[in-house]
Amino acid sequence: MLKIEGLKASVEGKEVLRGIDLEVPAGEVHAIMGPNGSGKSTLGYVLAGREGYEVTEGTVTFRGQDLLAMEPEERAAAGLFLAFQYPVELPGVGNANFLRQALNAVRRARGEPELDAMQFLKLVRGKVKALGMTEEMLKRAVNVGFSGGEKKRNEILQMAILEPAFCILDETDSGLDIDALKIVAEGVNALRGPERGMLVITHYQRLLDYIVPDRVHVLVGGRIVQSGGPELARELEAKGYGELQAAA
Amino acid sequence: MEEPRWAAVRYPPIDYQALHYYAAPKQKAQPKSLDEVDPELLRTYEKLGIPLREQERLAGVAVDAVFDSVSVATTFKEKLAEAGVIFCSFSEAVREHPDLVRRWLGTVVPPTDNFFAALNSAVFSDGSFVYVPKGVRCPMELSTYFRINARNTGQFERTLIVAEEGSYVSYLEGCTAPQRDENQLHAAVVELVALDEATIKYSTVQNWYPGDAEGRGGIYNFVTKRGACRGAKSKISWTQVETGSAITWKYPSCILQGEGSVGEFYSVAITNNRQQADTGTKMIHIGPRTRSTIVSKGISAGEGQNTYRGLVRILPKAQHARNFTQCDSLLIGDRCGAHTVPYIESRNPTARVEHEATTSRIAEDQLFYCRQRGLSEEEAVGLIVNGFAREVLKELPMEFAVEAQKLLAISLEGSVG
Repeated sequence: MLKIEGLKASVEGKEVLRGIDLEVPAGEVHAIMGPNGSGKSTLGYVLAGREGYEVTEGTVTFRGQDLLAMEPEERAAAGLFLAFQYPVELPGVGNANFLRQALNAVRRARGEPELDAMQFLKLVRGKVKALGMTEEMLKRAVNVGFSGGEKKRNEILQMAILEPAFCILDETDSGLDIDALKIVAEGVNALRGPERGMLVITHYQRLLDYIVPDRVHVLVGGRIVQSGGPELARELEAKGYGELQAAA
Repeated sequence: MEEPRWAAVRYPPIDYQALHYYAAPKQKAQPKSLDEVDPELLRTYEKLGIPLREQERLAGVAVDAVFDSVSVATTFKEKLAEAGVIFCSFSEAVREHPDLVRRWLGTVVPPTDNFFAALNSAVFSDGSFVYVPKGVRCPMELSTYFRINARNTGQFERTLIVAEEGSYVSYLEGCTAPQRDENQLHAAVVELVALDEATIKYSTVQNWYPGDAEGRGGIYNFVTKRGACRGAKSKISWTQVETGSAITWKYPSCILQGEGSVGEFYSVAITNNRQQADTGTKMIHIGPRTRSTIVSKGISAGEGQNTYRGLVRILPKAQHARNFTQCDSLLIGDRCGAHTVPYIESRNPTARVEHEATTSRIAEDQLFYCRQRGLSEEEAVGLIVNGFAREVLKELPMEFAVEAQKLLAISLEGSVG
């Protein structure tokens, strides 16, 4: 589903990704772990097409398409979703309105009919409840005045509504207490399926107790230095990144 | 009198001798109903997206359409007449209600008020007149669509709205103009009078031709709008969405004379390409316990220049007067400008005046966030700008709010990237 080959990328002239090879087949959840500054978030932004993240080498193929040639909104329409580490505030923009516009933009791109306000409300109500959110949060401006946990839940809500083919979760666990973490993990697990791929970026193993990955990759210094099964995450938790950092 | 030079706008000298002061659409006779209206005119309205019939049916809006300077259609007259509300063209008001016109015309904006008001007072030929009698709540939103459609036609419209004791009226004014090469002058005067416990809500969506990307053509909009809260507990509320015109020079104001009277000004002004806007309000607190609220949202893109200029004046007898001003600017790109010029004069120590101002940009992360969710860059800008202007847009009547939201997005097309 997602195939990354020899990917190198720079931010403000500094090389952050230094040759990444990674393949995530449909139906699998892969975790990217690594210390701060190893390039985890950069990988997410490069895949989503953020300005200022310059790809210098390599290719990314997503569902048979050249991902790097696409605009950010084209990538979204093709089914790529990034749950932000720091969700952005949009003052004055109603959360429900934003969600509906996003959903209809994606539906248009997929050749599906747009949903009107009533149909949308019906769809969104159930998902809101499942994520332990209140309908009041739909009326507020996007992420404005949301607590850290509410922002993360809001990201998962967007994911649940947009039903993307591929989800990248960038440190979705940061800032969550254990109860919120469980709810968010349940929301993510509900989206797991044979047609969907996921890339879970995290610093800590904690999240992976709840979202159990098929594969774990360790990113250090802009390269994947080790890959393994879910047990690798627990090993890292015990030993820390020190050894791998020294080796890199 | 001389043209005012204090506004932060630049334009070549206007040749007042070269202007047409009166232009009537070509027609044989005055139509008595819409069916008799020249189908060519109706088609123009439809192109502008505001079919009269649909307006009538959907919104229950009475439309007094000013096409060039002669009114061609007035609707819903009977229903209004039943309530005792007079809503007609100015020329008709002069013929049918001369006493009312004589009594109120020029009492808020005297002919000597300023250069452009003097010009208007000297040459105006038509406009709109509204009179709401004592205790009457006007049964529908009143709306006039002004169109500038003839070459080199200066429009000198005059609007007079009088709300008697305990009455209520909501008036909507919307403007669009087809593309023109030469600059066209528009110098309208709007006068509002609210007596004891009367409320006037005046909403404008102004979308006149702004000129092309190089600044050629476009309307010069030099307008004097002022409301007098003469009666106790009267209220005048101005809401404006200004997206058009090459130059906007406009300060809808309130004279708060009656005890406990209320003035409001809600404004969104967009300047894109080479547009210039110098707009704001004046709140003159004369009576005790008068209150005013000013919310101004300026959006600058391209090489647009946007100035908020506002005066809050508290006179000695305005015990416990209160004003709150919020003035926000949003910048798109790095070649535009936003300027805030608040004047505050308080001559009463019990008055409370607050002023808040912010300037922000559309942040890269906001655009990226929206695009990652599937919105195009232009949709994202439209969404963010509408969010920025929300406090003002929610003051508009429903049927205008939708149009205004679309207008904001359209006005900024191509401004990013």
